[in-house]
Amino acid sequence: MPEQDPDVRRRNFEEVPLGLTPEMAMKEASRCLQCKKPACMEGCPVSVDIPGFISKIVANDFSGAISKLWERNALPAVCGRVCPQEAQCEGRCIVGKKDAPVAIGYLERFAADYERKKGTGEVPAVAQKTGKKVAVIGSGPSGLTVAGDLLLKGHDVTIFEAFHKAGGVLVYGIPEFRLPKEIVASEVAALVKMGARIETNFVVGASVTIDELFAEGYDAVYIGVGAGLPRFMNLPGENFIGIYSANEYLTRTNLMKGYLFPEYDTPIARGKNVVVLGAGNVAMDSARTAMRLGADTVKIVYRRSREEMPARAEELHHAEQEKIEFVLLTNPIRFFGDASGRLKGMECLKMELGEPDASGRRRPVPIEGSEFTIDCDLVVVSVGSNANPLLTNSTPDIALTRWGNIIGDPVTGKTSKRGVWAGGDIVTGAATVILAMGAGRAAANSMHDYLTLGW
Amino acid sequence: MAKIIAREEMAQGTIILNEIEAPRISQKAKPGQFVILQADEKGERVPLTMADTNPDKGTITIIYMVVGKSTARFKDLQVGDEYFALIGPLGKPTHIEKVGKVVCVGGGTGIAVLHPITRALKAAGNDVTTILGARTYDLLIMEEKMKAASTTLHICTDDGSYGHHGFVTNVLKDVLEKEKINLVVAIGPIPMMKFCSLITKEKNVPTFVSLNPIMVDGTGMCGCCRVSVGGTTKFACVDGPEFDGHKVDFDELAKRLASYLEDEKKSLEAYKNCKALKNRLD
Repeated sequence: MPEQDPDVRRRNFEEVPLGLTPEMAMKEASRCLQCKKPACMEGCPVSVDIPGFISKIVANDFSGAISKLWERNALPAVCGRVCPQEAQCEGRCIVGKKDAPVAIGYLERFAADYERKKGTGEVPAVAQKTGKKVAVIGSGPSGLTVAGDLLLKGHDVTIFEAFHKAGGVLVYGIPEFRLPKEIVASEVAALVKMGARIETNFVVGASVTIDELFAEGYDAVYIGVGAGLPRFMNLPGENFIGIYSANEYLTRTNLMKGYLFPEYDTPIARGKNVVVLGAGNVAMDSARTAMRLGADTVKIVYRRSREEMPARAEELHHAEQEKIEFVLLTNPIRFFGDASGRLKGMECLKMELGEPDASGRRRPVPIEGSEFTIDCDLVVVSVGSNANPLLTNSTPDIALTRWGNIIGDPVTGKTSKRGVWAGGDIVTGAATVILAMGAGRAAANSMHDYLTLGW
Repeated sequence: MAKIIAREEMAQGTIILNEIEAPRISQKAKPGQFVILQADEKGERVPLTMADTNPDKGTITIIYMVVGKSTARFKDLQVGDEYFALIGPLGKPTHIEKVGKVVCVGGGTGIAVLHPITRALKAAGNDVTTILGARTYDLLIMEEKMKAASTTLHICTDDGSYGHHGFVTNVLKDVLEKEKINLVVAIGPIPMMKFCSLITKEKNVPTFVSLNPIMVDGTGMCGCCRVSVGGTTKFACVDGPEFDGHKVDFDELAKRLASYLEDEKKSLEAYKNCKALKNRLD
């Protein structure tokens, strides 16, 4: 797929890939073998009818393609951009055994974008109203999936969102250059058109409890509030000005539009020499954001080696193209600041890989006497999130793991509390958009059974 | 929603009171909790601890000092206008119980935050001595309300224009000398809370303070509001906003509050210029 030139895009917030033309899409779609037993579908957490939508693209029926996608996926424009296709559908594609796999993600994105720009604006028809009311807490990918599925099945759905805009991590976390916010807004608008009610600025657990939602007439509740409690490294000097959690850095930039300051009121520090701690997708988003905010240098500092970096290959590739440096086998041990409390640098240790640890990856071991300093005025800590206790503290009858994550049935997402399901990062810990959507799909099916059959 | 139904300018227009429609929040809110307000879609999220709630009327009251662009923008909102966003109640409520003799110390808009706490402590059966401070009489707020909420009230002004001439800390020292105090609550500017806490630490009197660090989401998601309390990092939005005054690192808090000083100046300047231009065009 054509992309913005790395030297240009590293200084702007426009989307990186430019999208396929209809001709390119039809040509790529024609590579699909239309397998009788499509392996790609088994790789998809929401079981999109992949050969089905691709055959519509081949036939120049782009609206038909989006209809096929919508049958199983409420957020195709999002998934086409942020799913790790290489580990899912495309990873299983038979064509991919000998050649490049069919670019399923690009095609999904094409169909969704075509519909958004030139389509009929029609949304899928919903079933006859059941009269049942469902509360979905959190408007991230899993919540939106539950909402979409249950609307299709004829239930009334209200989505509660703590922020002033719906979309959860799609809005506050994933940057504009990877997922334009206009796209999220349009996928949310489609759900509203299907009948979803969205209550923004509404913190369930603070503004209302789950028991009060039941008392107000809701028949079932889905919790998809995300992980939402950033992890820090507990190193000396971690509260110097200029050290952000990735959540704060990205929320200020994306949701609050700090990159447009002072047109928007929320400021964001523009570091000259930026270090991002961690090597997942969120770390890459943070590093590439820092570059776009005008940094001279941006370093990813990671304690393991290249091989263990958890970010998607495409994200690593894009980051490197944009001149992000990878400082591997390196671990920070403390931060330095000046008298006014502003960050000036950090001390690190070199690491080497030892025996495999519990995760199966080789454990990084500090090399004695290898201390060295990195000068930096901005550090983004991107080492994962824990479970935010705000909602669960207000609902003591939902069973939690010892880390505070909600215990959901692995198949259905059902919690220990009657009428309450949960899915996404609050159950699994930080994971991907599509896994959260898969959990939402499973929960929606189980909730539908509960609402129609009763238990 | 979030419509302003009453508005008052205090302290010569430097402090503003808004009573805002918020039925759900007014039912839930307890003393010590805060809300987050946003004037418009482009605005900052501003955390403010509630000064009062009226569950029957379905309203909450906030009182803020006009210091930067965001509060200047808030000041422009008149009765009938709505805030773009209002979220709450957030944070942990004050732990209210009967402990005996309590001293409440307030300064600046901290007095507004102190008000519902003082009232609740008195209602719980405590003997409440309140000490309020202001730079000068004209900047003093809520004298009558605080009088009603307390057993005894002392007022201090830095310039001696009203009440005791001097700082709240002087009166606090005197009160602590004279009688056995079981609890001190100090809410106001950081230096005030810091020095009150130093004084009560010497006397070993339990003390809590309410902190106002910069926040973004206010629900524990970002960690912007982290404060060092007893050597460990806490998030003021979910672990606070109230903490043991003897353990808070006030110096770090003061520095962190200055994180965006330059940007804040730029933003306020741009806003003033924009308003001036608009006035000229009108």
